[in-house]
Amino acid sequence: MAERSFAREVQDLKLGEGDLFRGEGILAITKALLQSGVSYVGGYQGSPISHLMDVLADAKPVLDELGVHFESSASEAAAAAMLSASVMYPLRGAVTWKSTAGTNVACDALTNLASSGVKGGALIILGEDYGEGSSIPQERSHAFAMKSQMWLLDPRPNLESIVKSVEDGFELSEASNTPVMMQVRIRACHVHGQFIAKDNKRPEFTIKQALENPVRDLDRIVLPPVSITVHDREKIEKRWPAAIDFIKSRKLNEWFGPDEGDVGIILQGGMYNSVMRALQLLGLADAYGNTVIPLYVLNVTYPLIDDEVSAFCAGKRAVLMVEEGHPDYLEQAVNSILRRRDINTRLAGKGMLPVRGDYTAAVLMNGIQVFLEEHAVALLGNRPPLPSADAVLADPKVKALNAVVPARPAGFCTGCPERPIFAAMKLVEQELGEHHISADIGCHLFSILPPFNIGGSTMGYGLGPASASAFNVDAGKRAISVMGDGGFWHNGLTTSVGNAVYNKHDGVIMVVDNYYSSATGGQDILSSRADNPERSTNNSIVKAVKGIGAKWVRQIDRTYDVAKMRDTLKEALTSKEEGPKIIVASSECMLNRQRREKPLFSKAVKSGQRMVRERFGVDEDTCTGDHACIRLSGCPSLSLKHTDDPLRDDPVVAIDNTCVGCGNCGEVSEAAVLCPSFYRADIIYNPTRRDRFAARLRNAVIGFLQRRREARRVVFG
Amino acid sequence: MTPISVDDKPISIAILAMGGQGGGVLADWVVALAEAEGWVAQSTSVPGVAQRTGATIYYVEMLKPKGGQMPVLSLMPTPGDVDVVLAAEFMEAGRSMLRGLVTPDKTTLIASTHRSYAVGEKEVPGDGIGDPLAVVDAFGVAARKTIIFDMQTLAENNGSVISSAMFGALAGADVLPFPRQAFEAAVRAGGKGVETSLRAFGAAFDRARDGKPDKVARKPEKLLPDAPVSVGHPKLDRLLNRIHAEFPPVLAPMLYAGAKKLVDFQDPRYAGEYLDTAARLLKLDRDAGGEARNFGFSQEIAKYLAIAMAYDDVVRVADLKTRATRFERVRKETGATGEQLVYTTEYMHPRAEEVVGTMPASLGQFIENRPALLKLLERLFSKGRRVRTGTVGWFLALYALSSLKPIRRAMLRHKREMAHIASWLDTASALLPANYELASAVIGSRRLVKGYSDTHSRGQGKFDKVLSAVPLLKAREDGGTWLKRLVQAALQDEAGKSLDGALATVRSFA
Repeated sequence: MAERSFAREVQDLKLGEGDLFRGEGILAITKALLQSGVSYVGGYQGSPISHLMDVLADAKPVLDELGVHFESSASEAAAAAMLSASVMYPLRGAVTWKSTAGTNVACDALTNLASSGVKGGALIILGEDYGEGSSIPQERSHAFAMKSQMWLLDPRPNLESIVKSVEDGFELSEASNTPVMMQVRIRACHVHGQFIAKDNKRPEFTIKQALENPVRDLDRIVLPPVSITVHDREKIEKRWPAAIDFIKSRKLNEWFGPDEGDVGIILQGGMYNSVMRALQLLGLADAYGNTVIPLYVLNVTYPLIDDEVSAFCAGKRAVLMVEEGHPDYLEQAVNSILRRRDINTRLAGKGMLPVRGDYTAAVLMNGIQVFLEEHAVALLGNRPPLPSADAVLADPKVKALNAVVPARPAGFCTGCPERPIFAAMKLVEQELGEHHISADIGCHLFSILPPFNIGGSTMGYGLGPASASAFNVDAGKRAISVMGDGGFWHNGLTTSVGNAVYNKHDGVIMVVDNYYSSATGGQDILSSRADNPERSTNNSIVKAVKGIGAKWVRQIDRTYDVAKMRDTLKEALTSKEEGPKIIVASSECMLNRQRREKPLFSKAVKSGQRMVRERFGVDEDTCTGDHACIRLSGCPSLSLKHTDDPLRDDPVVAIDNTCVGCGNCGEVSEAAVLCPSFYRADIIYNPTRRDRFAARLRNAVIGFLQRRREARRVVFG
Repeated sequence: MTPISVDDKPISIAILAMGGQGGGVLADWVVALAEAEGWVAQSTSVPGVAQRTGATIYYVEMLKPKGGQMPVLSLMPTPGDVDVVLAAEFMEAGRSMLRGLVTPDKTTLIASTHRSYAVGEKEVPGDGIGDPLAVVDAFGVAARKTIIFDMQTLAENNGSVISSAMFGALAGADVLPFPRQAFEAAVRAGGKGVETSLRAFGAAFDRARDGKPDKVARKPEKLLPDAPVSVGHPKLDRLLNRIHAEFPPVLAPMLYAGAKKLVDFQDPRYAGEYLDTAARLLKLDRDAGGEARNFGFSQEIAKYLAIAMAYDDVVRVADLKTRATRFERVRKETGATGEQLVYTTEYMHPRAEEVVGTMPASLGQFIENRPALLKLLERLFSKGRRVRTGTVGWFLALYALSSLKPIRRAMLRHKREMAHIASWLDTASALLPANYELASAVIGSRRLVKGYSDTHSRGQGKFDKVLSAVPLLKAREDGGTWLKRLVQAALQDEAGKSLDGALATVRSFA
């Protein structure tokens, strides 16, 4: 059950010929797959393409109707390997993941796939997680295309172009027997736009047919000498030329603006909108795509079409290459094309444009201006004033904001079950000192940020414990490593736990089990507790680690029990037993739990059932404003408020109504012996007759005593 | 070549929100609105990990198609080229200006004045909350027009969420070429919580129209009423008479606040003792020429002596937790209605120290000197207790504890606190003749002693550390200023790193 339901969006997948599709880029891609007669789809969720996986997971009926097989792959490697179905059979398949993170994981399979070549169209949709909003190291997928010889599409970031690119991609793949990658940047994945839909297509050849009529072609199997004699030759002599012809004849790349011109711009398709905005601001284009500068738009960034490139450059004084990110693969390639053909057009690129980072409209505006100043200053004409905030930013009053506008590091959600785990870890550190802590990928990684500031490294998905494997010598302290359930099933079970067991690693492995792959949007995984009719869930992590040979294993079923968590950690750090000490800390992701329980709760209340809602509070009279509780929590609902009491200097702690009563506050203040200010309030909806009777009795006694004391109390009004 | 007309420019709207604030919903409404009116609209966002409490930007552009041509819209805002900025939190409004999205020639800034504090502001042991007035100051420089009010509270008061209030403010701002009905139609089309959303929308629309900005302040004014002449109770009136008779008017309000607190903490007699000490020190203050200094020393005394005397002990906590007023406040805070019942569970963790502290001084001392006994107590009492104050049994327990008040003066904890206060006051008064400012600052340093158990001892430690600098500062004109700096440093972080740094500086020149 994903964090978000796509029930409504699934309806859009049913749109037919001529209907207007309005929605998110990633959903348009999904629709495009169905329009292309895809037979099977797989992938691994992750920003920015999670929604593609989520909507397909919710689209079972539509997929069944079309006979499309959809699978949530265990990892990107599994997804890439799935494409081997298109090697022997004319089956169209598509897989998707976050790139470059996922492409790295998938490489083994991709290399073999690219060597075998494909019969059916194989499309890899890459969510290019680059630039602002990215959550991974800044690399480009381009290199993967070059090294394995797969084609790379980079369509203009509007739904129409993206959808066309998917359809072209399958054809290109089939025409050149080569897997095709299509990269879509973060904003393009989330862009809301529109395109005219087509009918969905049933695959001409089904997986059933393939299964029942197996084909075996030695020449398609990666095995020396075939991989050397046949595949490598095919790549160069057959597939490459075939691709060039297809891209040329079908005009996959595009030209805009006048045919002639002293200067021109070559750009990646994905850069188109920003380049157009930059030109518009410079007075060289209008808002509708009409430009006075010739543009050559590479919707296919690999391979380059030498003839097209040289034709565009020939006769121009200079050309600007707009290529986001580094290294400058395209600029280098264009340069060598010009050199080889002895075309003396000056090529500008990196240098006039920054080497790294987002190519925003502002960045491009400045770069293009510099380019024109040097090569075609006349075009800049009377120079309309360019938008700029420099004056404002230079003002001391605005500069002063730097001192007060706070950073907003990502953190655990309200009621997150991972919070108490790290609160406990911090308490243990206060006792046993700091430890080396290897983190992994996933929500738990937020522990690295304030207020916990725990965790010293992160090496990749499911690699947390593996990245601590060197720290396995006799020492006064043990290494601690953390891994989420997502990472655990992605490959942590073997690469991390198996590795630790086999090498008798003495460290502590904390597996954070929140029932979902939460950081990517709450998709189900093997150990999810929900009953998922489509998938096999409820597979125990504890059984898995024991099965792989772990001896010291502790299961904690309520992470909010901070004291127990703390003591178990201490035991793990001090136990004499050999081998990894594995703690599986389990409690449901609060986002998903609320999404599930809130409706049920209000329904029950409406129907008159007795229900109890819990939330926490702070007695401001006893809170002394030290905020130690916040330093062990960082919960969004745990906040501050200034009082009008002249005898208080510092703001006191206050809990707002978004509190879900997870219990962390109380448990922490208890375990850390903080203060008696926290209380849990149980609100009883639809109290029974017994409740009301008990309440009356209690109020009688308590009320009497309270009134008695108030009457005697001498106080200023 | 196609003739280029650069006149048609899209309307650009940037929405700055935090994860979970419904910035996406707002963006969807804006898009639906524009599309329904025949415009082409495009929205983008970069959620990334911002979905989890971080800050994020949603960006919308819209333009009419022209002669069958669709506009080419940008996927990200360009500094200096944004028409409307909506900030769903006040410091986010500040961020939007820092990012250059707000410029005086163009931008209408619509921002909610409510604050959602960042963890960096909250985790500070003292007061780490950023000053919103800095944002207000920048408005004048950056924005063409501003619409500033608490949209969060307005939304809550109308049973809705901030996104609907902001959409209403956007409609009321008259910056989009669409009528109010079109906005409301977009909300209806959304289909979720239409009723309440429209109510918040309407309220915000009017609020934006009347245009009066909410007053922004970093914190509420402290309540310091003048001391009344009489409240009709002999014992209390005696205290009031003393405040008026024995002290200069400038001290009266704070002394009244102090006395009030101590009468509540213990009894009128206790407040009388407070006034005795204050009077004694006032004399020293005068001798040191305090009159010319507006009795700065005694003002600090009036405040911090009261705080010190009203220390947090078990009896106090038990008293506060069992009061009727507290029961009512909790019920109010939980928003419980009608026949709903509310029970509280207190999370308490007494240690042997607390138990011994409530014993008669001599007995407590006796036990403390015998580690074995202390250990035993530790084992008997020191564990987390979930106290269900709303039930008769637990209430009686707390009630009994709080009724120990009359014998508080005899308790070990009280002796300890009084001793600590005495030495603190001695240190200060000894400095008074030579270095008035420093003496006053020593009194102010008491601010560091707060909290319970470990927190309390940590505060105690910082307090002693700060005072350890006094000998170094004695001779300095600016000694007081420096001691105040040390206190500020001590409130910066838990580990006391800033304090150590500041102390090092002091040592370097002393």
